[in-house]
Amino acid sequence: MITFSVEDHTGQVQTLELPGDINLSLMEVLKASDYPIAATCGGMALCATCHLEVLSGGDRLPAPGDAELDMLDTLPNATAQSRLACQIRLNENLQGACFALKAPALV
Amino acid sequence: MIQTDICIIGAGPVGLFAVFEAGLLKMRCHLIDALPQIGGQLSEIYPKKPIYDIPGFPEVNAQTLVDNLRQQIAPFKPTFTLGERVDALTRTEDGGFVVTTVDGTQVKSKVVVIAAGLGSFEPRKPELQNLEHFEGRGVTYMVKDPETFRRRKLVIAGGGDSALDWTIYLSAIAERVTLIHRNESFRGVPDSAEKVLKLADEGKIDLLLSANLQAVNGNGVVKSVSVMDKQKVVREIETDFLIPLFGLSPKLGPIADWGLNLDKSAIEVSTVDYATNVEGIFAIGDINTYPGKLKLILCGFHEAALMAQRAFEFVYPSQKLSFKYTTVNGVNAF
Repeated sequence: MITFSVEDHTGQVQTLELPGDINLSLMEVLKASDYPIAATCGGMALCATCHLEVLSGGDRLPAPGDAELDMLDTLPNATAQSRLACQIRLNENLQGACFALKAPALV
Repeated sequence: MIQTDICIIGAGPVGLFAVFEAGLLKMRCHLIDALPQIGGQLSEIYPKKPIYDIPGFPEVNAQTLVDNLRQQIAPFKPTFTLGERVDALTRTEDGGFVVTTVDGTQVKSKVVVIAAGLGSFEPRKPELQNLEHFEGRGVTYMVKDPETFRRRKLVIAGGGDSALDWTIYLSAIAERVTLIHRNESFRGVPDSAEKVLKLADEGKIDLLLSANLQAVNGNGVVKSVSVMDKQKVVREIETDFLIPLFGLSPKLGPIADWGLNLDKSAIEVSTVDYATNVEGIFAIGDINTYPGKLKLILCGFHEAALMAQRAFEFVYPSQKLSFKYTTVNGVNAF
């Protein structure tokens, strides 16, 4: 099992525990867990509606690729710790990490 | 006022194909889109991406699909209002509707079809206090008429292609352009980035890298912006305009207030005819929701076909609809 935590738009932190053998992105996991993210482009790194910040434990995550960096570069509220959840695969690299949602909440 | 049978909100692939299905049944369409071009997400977000699940096309480039749809619907002479977001919807005495855009364009129709995807694309805004207060009073998110900026002082914020392109263009006509970018370098088109660096080297623009907008200041209208540099030093830059260019993001917008049943920003419809809870208003494509909904272009095409069959009853209430194949009847242009 992989355990990591997510801080939602209201500041509430919840721990998610998932089996490591499901082939999903972090964006898909967040959507399936009913977090209010739009994920407009469906995972192409083209809309940034799954923008989040790595608060801790992100050192094992593979570095963002060109498409992700290009998109992050256009965001007004991006930081050096910003990532797009759709570009992060759910695997043991996420163990113990903590993320905060940064994209505007879907209402 | 524009008069038509069906007013389609959203000129993405599903809105465009709805023109075809409506046209086969002799119904005319007018489309409204907030973007300046047709094609919706396909043209705006991923024009060069290949799509693999359009029936009959093993692989089709997103923009090619839009171009093909434009060609397919041309016989039915659709009309367009582009670059204007819908604002208000009112019911007319004869049971029809009037849709009004933010720019005041009015479209009268017997049926309204919402094919708005995830909503209208609106500018991403930086998180600054009182920013809304200055909108239209020095803060603007798009350059509609460059002449507005002739011999004025501008601050442009952002590092993407549009920030670079407008910096280059406006540097020739504005009194002074300052470009503020959060990172140390640009990831936009290398050619544009080089031009911007050259303009800065020649002293023709002020370029602030690794800098962040902190505040907009002024009394009713923009007088200056506060910017924090890498050393965390905040300085004030006098300006007439602030133009934040951080790309576009979709929002449902005023459609949310039209009395339609919503579920998480999607419009609830019946799968018999894709009708909403308001008689005469339909919703097709990514904007709608129903049990088993799949956000696929091909599902939106199917929804458009069924919607048109039912819309016929509103447009031609005294006529009986007999279903005809295009292979038998062809496509009879208007």
